[in-house]
Amino acid sequence: MQVVSAIREPLITGTKTLKDVSHDISRQVEGKPTRLWWMAFGVSLALLSWGAYCCWMLLWHGIGVWGLNKTVGWAWDITNFVWWVGIGHAGTLISAILLLFRQRWRMSINRAAEAMTIFAVICAASFPGFHMGRLWLGFYWALPLPNTFGSLWVNFNSPLLWDVFAISTYFTVSLVFWYMGLIPDFAVIRDRAVVQGNKIRALAYNALSFGWQGGAKTWMRYESVALILAGLSTPLVLSVHTIVSFDFATSVIPGWHTTIFPPYFVAGAIFSGFAMVLTLLLVTRKVFKLEQYITVYHIELMNIIIIITGSIVGIAYITELFISWYSRVPYEGYAFYNRVQGPYAWAYWSMMTCNVISPQLFWIKKIRTSIVATFVLSIIVNIGMWFERFVIIVTSIHRDYIPSSWTMFYPTMYDVGQYIFTFGIFFTAFFLFAKFFPVINMAEVKSILKSTSEKK
Amino acid sequence: MDADKHFVVGIYDDEDVLLDAIRKVRSSGVKIQEVYSPFPVHGIDEALGYKRTRLPIAAFLFGMTGTILALVMQIWMLGYDWPMIIGGKNFASLPPFIPVTFELTVLLSALGMVGTFMIVSDMKPYKWPRQFDIRSTDDKHVMAVDLAVNASKSKDEVKRILKESGASEVNEKSFE
Repeated sequence: MQVVSAIREPLITGTKTLKDVSHDISRQVEGKPTRLWWMAFGVSLALLSWGAYCCWMLLWHGIGVWGLNKTVGWAWDITNFVWWVGIGHAGTLISAILLLFRQRWRMSINRAAEAMTIFAVICAASFPGFHMGRLWLGFYWALPLPNTFGSLWVNFNSPLLWDVFAISTYFTVSLVFWYMGLIPDFAVIRDRAVVQGNKIRALAYNALSFGWQGGAKTWMRYESVALILAGLSTPLVLSVHTIVSFDFATSVIPGWHTTIFPPYFVAGAIFSGFAMVLTLLLVTRKVFKLEQYITVYHIELMNIIIIITGSIVGIAYITELFISWYSRVPYEGYAFYNRVQGPYAWAYWSMMTCNVISPQLFWIKKIRTSIVATFVLSIIVNIGMWFERFVIIVTSIHRDYIPSSWTMFYPTMYDVGQYIFTFGIFFTAFFLFAKFFPVINMAEVKSILKSTSEKK
Repeated sequence: MDADKHFVVGIYDDEDVLLDAIRKVRSSGVKIQEVYSPFPVHGIDEALGYKRTRLPIAAFLFGMTGTILALVMQIWMLGYDWPMIIGGKNFASLPPFIPVTFELTVLLSALGMVGTFMIVSDMKPYKWPRQFDIRSTDDKHVMAVDLAVNASKSKDEVKRILKESGASEVNEKSFE
């Protein structure tokens, strides 16, 4: 019985059998790391150690080492926070929302995308943590714990506190969802280790797989859990960036106090997240030779999502400009005039070019199916999305209400170092993941192999 | 023969053959212990006659616990234990409490459901599973039939039924 769809392109090419899937994905876990991997891992560790030095200096001297001043109290740290959280969103979109929509093409890419989510959220959470200055007191400031001031509780009216709950819930649920997906695949590696006679690996991966056996009853429960987790993660992921946008939208700063922020931030998050997924996966598929699992068709579909979300972001930019004029509020009007024309106009126009114009190139089929063009554009999009956050945050506050407070923000070495630190965390974690964990969900790929793979 | 020790194991290559075989084997009166697959096979729960899982109910109850916990915590802390004027707002007003309430609902629902799943499926990191065939996580579907449960049928009869249902191999497996 062969079921081949005449209208859909195969998702997995190269006439794979179930055994081939186990072999192709487990191979990189079982083998010794390649020289390329060591090089990449070494560079990540170097970034991490340089960043760790900058963190130490920050903790020792306080956040005065950053370039913040009394007018610009939020700059790179919050820019980077929002940027990393945004990147995380694509992973949940792929694994949860596309599961609810029964999009099968997600199956080859969800594992790596979810891993990216988890690492990106760790990076994001580090910024507000370090911005507190005294990180070790953060528990008392951020969580409702009884304390020495006589149980002076945290302020549940503050969007910054909502962020604490949103980010920690998002991290925990994403981690659980990702780990649930990994359990059956760890069992595959365990059983292969038994056959190969590698006892230590068999025991280690058995522990990781919680003694998974794959009985029909367990699979039935497992599928139910996965579906409900997807149903929970979908509103969760939308709520997280909505709450992040509340950090700005519920304030009274012109340029921040905007009702359009929640949907605009969510679209921007998915936009930048897909760009980062593409950057990572284009490298991963090349290094681990997974071209038959992550095909050009997958890349094309992701690029289509980039066109859609990029266009939503573009419309949001134009709406913001229009409303600042239409509202006739002079402060709002000035905030946007200053963005477009002021001393940070270069940042504004870089953002416009990278986020609004560059993704429109994907309308051309040749560009959205080209690996090189996709790789370059995915990096450009992420540069643009970084500038978006920088523009929103810094240009709205650097010209305060009193012209004598007007100032510019200049990052110091420690601002840059903190950003590098998170790149170190992100890539170190991603390379460890890519070496020791199966980068593609084998069980899910096997379940669609019969209906959507290339036939002999 | 001791129960749970001696099994006949049928190996199936294809999920559609397997679904068909489960119906055939069950209609011929053989009770199936469990079927192990490398991936979830759709329709296998109905073929085996399993009842729908009640995990969604657990998820709902854990979620409601989160909702109530979050609301009680916020209203008590800011409304009664230490009321503070923040921006001239009411001490305990509902709208600003919604985000945290939502997040805790999702958190407890997800963790509670996954925890329940781990417990009911008896999954522990230190447990080595009883494997009927090592290939059941790779590329084969494995049907296990406990001989003690099917005492009315001889071993050879069970083997014949499995073979006729489309199994590519039929083996015996005993556990110490």
